[in-house]
Amino acid sequence: MDLLYNIFVDPFVQMAGTPDFFLQVLWEGFVTGTLYSLIALGFVLIFKASGVFNFAQGIMVVFAALSLVGFHALGVPAYLALFLALAVMAALAWTVERVILRKLVNQPEIILFMATIGLSYFLIGLGEFIFGGEPKSMITEELGLPTGSTVIDVAGGIVILQHIDIAAALIAAILVLGLAIFFSKTRIGRALRAVADDHQAALSVGISLNQIWAIVWFAAGIVALATGIMWGARSDVSFALQIVALKALPVLILGGFTSVPGAIIGGLIIGFGEKLFEVYWGSLLGGGVEGWFAYVLALIFLLFRPQGLFGEKIIERV
Amino acid sequence: MFYREAGQFKTNYKDDQAVFPILQDRLAIGLFLIVAFVAIPYFGNDFFINSMMIPFLIFSLAAIGLNILTGYTGQISLGTGAFMGVGAYSCYKMTSIFPDVNIIILIVGSGCFSAVIGMIFGLPSLRIKGFYLVVTTLAAQFFLEWCFITIGWLYNYNDSGAIEVPQREMFGIIVTGASATPVTRYLVVLSIVVVMTWVASNIIRGRIGRAWMMIRDMDIAAELMGVRPLQAKISAFAVSSFYAGVAGAMMVFLWLGAAEVESFDVNHSFLILFMVVLGGLGSLLGSFMGAAFITLLPIVLGAIPGILGLHINAAALEHVKFMIIGALIIFFLIMEPHGLARLWAIGKQKLRVWPFPY
Amino acid sequence: MNVVTPQGEASLGARIVDDGIEPGAELLKVENVSLSFGGVKAIQDISFDVKKGEIRAIIGPNGAGKTSMLNVINGFYHPQEGTITFRGNVRTKMRPYMAASQGISRTFQNVALFTGMSTLDNIMAGRQLKMHKNFFWQMWRYGPAFNEEVEHRLEVEKIIDFLEIQSIRKTPVGQLPYGLQKRVELGRALAAEPSLLLLDEPMAGMNLEEKEDMSRFILDVNQQFGTTIALIEHDMGVVMDLADRVVVLDYGKKIADGFPSEVQASQEVIDAYLGVPH
Repeated sequence: MDLLYNIFVDPFVQMAGTPDFFLQVLWEGFVTGTLYSLIALGFVLIFKASGVFNFAQGIMVVFAALSLVGFHALGVPAYLALFLALAVMAALAWTVERVILRKLVNQPEIILFMATIGLSYFLIGLGEFIFGGEPKSMITEELGLPTGSTVIDVAGGIVILQHIDIAAALIAAILVLGLAIFFSKTRIGRALRAVADDHQAALSVGISLNQIWAIVWFAAGIVALATGIMWGARSDVSFALQIVALKALPVLILGGFTSVPGAIIGGLIIGFGEKLFEVYWGSLLGGGVEGWFAYVLALIFLLFRPQGLFGEKIIERV
Repeated sequence: MFYREAGQFKTNYKDDQAVFPILQDRLAIGLFLIVAFVAIPYFGNDFFINSMMIPFLIFSLAAIGLNILTGYTGQISLGTGAFMGVGAYSCYKMTSIFPDVNIIILIVGSGCFSAVIGMIFGLPSLRIKGFYLVVTTLAAQFFLEWCFITIGWLYNYNDSGAIEVPQREMFGIIVTGASATPVTRYLVVLSIVVVMTWVASNIIRGRIGRAWMMIRDMDIAAELMGVRPLQAKISAFAVSSFYAGVAGAMMVFLWLGAAEVESFDVNHSFLILFMVVLGGLGSLLGSFMGAAFITLLPIVLGAIPGILGLHINAAALEHVKFMIIGALIIFFLIMEPHGLARLWAIGKQKLRVWPFPY
Repeated sequence: MNVVTPQGEASLGARIVDDGIEPGAELLKVENVSLSFGGVKAIQDISFDVKKGEIRAIIGPNGAGKTSMLNVINGFYHPQEGTITFRGNVRTKMRPYMAASQGISRTFQNVALFTGMSTLDNIMAGRQLKMHKNFFWQMWRYGPAFNEEVEHRLEVEKIIDFLEIQSIRKTPVGQLPYGLQKRVELGRALAAEPSLLLLDEPMAGMNLEEKEDMSRFILDVNQQFGTTIALIEHDMGVVMDLADRVVVLDYGKKIADGFPSEVQASQEVIDAYLGVPH
């Protein structure tokens, strides 16, 4: 009975008892969730346009942040460093398209997937080789991002909101909005959706697949840089992030591989769920459950809805 | 010139179904076994045996395990590291619960535990495919890693959280523990790997292996031919995890001597996946080639600067290793998606018709 | 066109399928079957039967629901309404492997061979249900499992002889030309010794010579092995020559059913194929 009480009653009693703490946990979950969403967004962009499951997205986040910090460390002004980091991501996108995607066109998905694992290994090695393996701190102030915090009085307690977190959420929202407009209103955006629907048909109406792929990888690179800045501002810039970035996979399972809103909602669900579970239920299991909660949630979810929250039901044909 | 099959006629289907229908192949295998069982223990020094041959063989077995799942059944897994961990921890527990049982039985028996765990995490594969399955195997990886840390019972509540291998003897010879000689451990590893490879090749050639490949190539058609997807996939998960588990147990008991959870982390899952991809999906020989490549590459890379008279620090070398492995993976996928094993087969075919092109 | 090959004769006799149904009696009966995907009605209230020993053709324009009908028969799709009676057993829902174990075997519109395997292994795959040796025996190269393997290899070799594909025995099927792939696929379906063989456009994309070969094989299978065949085909000439009876579908509905000559004369069928002026 004690066990049942601890699982089903006690956590909620705690939540109701200290609402300020509960809100703080929710806020933490929201911020983590935003970052998961952003990583997942990069995956979705690439998957939609090229059908490639880009395992290297997490590394791209680290790589982008490292280049930014690295350029700044060389004495480049912050905004110029930002620009140069974007240029690095563009160069990466171009190289990936030239060296990998173009050569592997028409190969089975699993081969492309493995190639991106190879890419992520290469980028880890390259990043550590150039920038060194030790963690670095993000140049938050130099980029003009807010660093203070606001304390709000709630229900007899306080909730602390870091300004950088608020900025992160805002930037994420702007990024998503910007991408949505880009895809629905511009010529390239239309071409991109055409490619997502049918490669062959897109080719036949004169859309250059290679160009589209490079653009999409660059877009994913921009998202990666934004994610990297935000993540770096909260903790350090280090390759430890790659393990965290893998959590974008369960996010995609929940949201579906091709849905942008799905990536965002999936990210938030995982973010909230993970924090709440860790804080209120984790101690029952001995703590440290954040490492696997997202995956197990995705696994259970898959058993009931293999196509994701927003995916269409799969009708198999023979 | 010497590799010819002309004149070797098969007069019944039994001979034609043999593992190595060509005489020269049978001779080559025999030669390999003699070298492995006699020449290497006799001539090899401790460094060669302990740092090259033993890890090579152990990772080959793990790669065979993953190849059964990914190469033969078409189910991608990123949980191999954790399944190896299940083998290692269950072997450790069994040595403390049954101290008198022969260590070889315990090592092979520990594979059963990881087979059961593998089956449980393989259940979702019935409903989900491809990348979705990657996530469920990652769930296994991270959940099991957490178990290895959190459940103190698994490592007998050690302060260090590590499992340390007790000394065990067999026929009066020390097999495990700090005082076991590399040659003894090598011979034990080699025997287990040879027997299990032979068994794997038999399963793959038979009814069950064919069912796995049917599922891999065209799961719908396989089901319409009477293959039960659940049975085929779960059996592949079980056999694959069994192999990974035995490899994990051997890794701790016959190679490292002690291990923590880091020995079974997701990076090991990646490494073994790389071995399978580089070596060749769906090839036992490829599993050995891939394992040799990935385990020996760091050693070769480490030796190069010394030979050239350069001084590169260890960290930089490690980074270069990552870059080279990554680049090679991409290179191989582009040039030869079927890996080293296919290159080998092409070479053999060329040799067969040499000096003529066809 | 219909030359009986001597190789085919060799395996005659012992292989006639015994499924407890008298020749000429109903082997398969489809009653009032309806199938829809979301709002799309693929099949509406279709009934027909297949008698033992006959060649039954299902024809109709593109999108008429022919392939869906086959998918329903071998359990891949589950119809919302109606029943299917096969060898006297009424069923509503079943998994494809269960249909296979009851003796339904098929080929596919777009060849669905196991591309990573050789011709021999593909046909051996067809005998999956006939092989039973368990995991323990499979682990050892010698003994019952190996004997079973050789025994079934013998049966497979008979099929290889019958289909005249000896020379490509060990070739990976991915490397074969389309016509041969279709032939291997037929071989794989035959290896299961089915009592009902479903052929989904066995002659699609073939040239005249290949079509003649395939027609010959189909007739031989039917006459020598006594296998009942239901086939979908677009080539009207072939259908009218091969089939004993024809059922015509259009927009998921049955519009005609009968002997080839009757169907050919039916005004509705002519309308469906040529279109009606509005």
